[in-house]
Amino acid sequence: MAKPLPDTKGRFGRYGGRYVPETLMAPVQELARSYDHFRKQRGFKAELSRLLAEYVGRPTPLYLAERLTKELGGAQIYLKREDLLHTGAHKINNALGQCLLAREMGKTRIIAETGAGQHGVATATAAALLGIDCVVYMGTEDMRRQRLNVYRMELLGAEVCGVDSGSQTLKDAINEAMRDWVTNVENTHYVLGSVLGPDPYPRMVRDFHRVIGTEARRQLRKMAGRGEPDVAVACVGGGSNAMGLFQVYLDSKKVDLVGVEAGGRGGDLGDHAARFSGGELGVLHGARTIVLQDDHGQVSTTHSVSAGLDYPAVGPEHVYYADKGRIEFVRASDEEAVDAFHRLAATEGILPALESAHAIAEVIKRAPTMDEKSIMLVNLSGRGDKDVESVLEWDAAARGGVAAEVTPHPSANPSATTDGEDGA
Amino acid sequence: MSLLRRKKKSPIDQVFAACRKEKRSAFIPFLVGGDPDIERSRALILALAEGGADIIELGVPFSDPIADGPTNQRAAFRALEAGTTLDALLQMTKGLKTEIATPIVLFTYYNPIHAMGPETFSERAAECGVDGVLCVDLPPDEAADELLPALRDKGIDSVFLLAPTSTRDRIKSVSQQSTGFVYYVSRSGVTGSQDGLREALVRDVRKLRKRVGLPLAVGFGIATPEQVAEVGAEADGVVVGSELVRLIERHGDDSDLAVRMRDRVAELSAPLRA
Repeated sequence: MAKPLPDTKGRFGRYGGRYVPETLMAPVQELARSYDHFRKQRGFKAELSRLLAEYVGRPTPLYLAERLTKELGGAQIYLKREDLLHTGAHKINNALGQCLLAREMGKTRIIAETGAGQHGVATATAAALLGIDCVVYMGTEDMRRQRLNVYRMELLGAEVCGVDSGSQTLKDAINEAMRDWVTNVENTHYVLGSVLGPDPYPRMVRDFHRVIGTEARRQLRKMAGRGEPDVAVACVGGGSNAMGLFQVYLDSKKVDLVGVEAGGRGGDLGDHAARFSGGELGVLHGARTIVLQDDHGQVSTTHSVSAGLDYPAVGPEHVYYADKGRIEFVRASDEEAVDAFHRLAATEGILPALESAHAIAEVIKRAPTMDEKSIMLVNLSGRGDKDVESVLEWDAAARGGVAAEVTPHPSANPSATTDGEDGA
Repeated sequence: MSLLRRKKKSPIDQVFAACRKEKRSAFIPFLVGGDPDIERSRALILALAEGGADIIELGVPFSDPIADGPTNQRAAFRALEAGTTLDALLQMTKGLKTEIATPIVLFTYYNPIHAMGPETFSERAAECGVDGVLCVDLPPDEAADELLPALRDKGIDSVFLLAPTSTRDRIKSVSQQSTGFVYYVSRSGVTGSQDGLREALVRDVRKLRKRVGLPLAVGFGIATPEQVAEVGAEADGVVVGSELVRLIERHGDDSDLAVRMRDRVAELSAPLRA
């Protein structure tokens, strides 16, 4: 069982809380009450389970990646295949849960923010399923990077609003979604897509993703003879897929929990999204947490090849467990992530999302240092179809040419040397 | 009334007391500090005082202003581009206070204060003559442990928001934790003018005033002398922000910007003095 956190003020130790304008305070409190009511209600739980099984495609497989294991020559690598879910990522677990809750609360309109587009697509999907109006805010830079997902959302009946302010990425999309929510709070529920924001979001999103960890542990016990891996790895933007997996192992002290942040293109502020190595305690989007910011408390822009990790703050619960030394945070650069993308494609026939490729990058570094009896459990949180264009652009730039023809990246062949441009 | 509340009257208390004597509402203009840059901003704040401001709300620019509409977002962006920091605004306030007696309330998001540290901030704000602080994203529930003790210690008024969504319990706790005045957000939404005031606003203000027990200022979406008059008939204070910020946007580079600002403030506040 996870610790009874957060406390009644929505705090994980010093982190979390409800730092929102007064207009949102009563609605946030009401949301917390509704969530606490419905999450225990049998009818609600049954409908969510049924839809997760019949519509979303749960349980997802756990897969022993034998070729990758053999190539790396160390720990056995198990992939939790959240990439196989309907809409292509773990995000649907939470989006569906929150949309069902919104319907129970009598809300007639759903809004969401999205970075890579996966949460936007998941929310648009759940809204279509339940017949609720849906508006998704997305940074214009992300719309460029993820134009297929933009069209997918539109096909699903959602209105996609481009956000042109700031860095035109996830943070700015959240700003705009919060402004919409403040304005339309009476009939609108904001489906926040990660373990961020004011209470109850961090715990609600965590709970809706708990199914990832519960399944993985059960499957691992069956396949490997023990439910506890030696290491569990997940990428961390806001941190929802990581929390989904890690929460079932928090009390199993033998399981090392490793979160992988976006190391981007270098160590300077603005070049990465590695909050744990470059961030300071601050308050952003409703929670006290670690934030990448300057000395004057202005939030920094971030960079990552992966839109879903391109965010200056991190879920407050992650910070709590980082302080306790329970979750270790490492980083993978853009270049390492793209290499991992190629590696998994070539060895296992799986295109991971660029976000999840950051977790694979850590596997590539760590697995060879472990013995062959040890087990590494990786949350493969999403699939990479959406990223093919970005990777194509990246490869072309790395070769110093244009994306005229599609040729394999050098790292698709592990024996070749990489020729990335400016990876950290 | 909270036991923690000071007995001595603050400059903000005195303004509202004086206005009450004159049987009028206080005029409270808002500008983002450092917009379009510190030098010109300083002249504009003086112009607000000259034009008839009773209290001045000085916005601290923030990178992620979730409670602001497009006009104030752009203002914050201009100010940040010009290198404005919380530090610089405190210094600016100190300078202004040698020239004007008008109370200054900082209207800010919490993170810049958090970065400076609530104690350090309160100390320096007091030194620089800041009279009140309103933190948009720090409701009293959170402020009680973080910022309130430091502000009280330095004798700076803590102004909190109330909104149309505020419940009876929240109205009570916000009123108890506030000093100086309470700021009522006229409608659910972000800063900036819309077509008109919502129908029930004046009635809501009348009801709320009885419950709050402190002067009640009303802001968000008030942009014309007529609206000032309408709200001023019930509220203890009327805040006008985006309408003035727009002047900077339109005439930022004109040499007569400060004169225009002074005149516009005079025009907007005139109905309260009629």
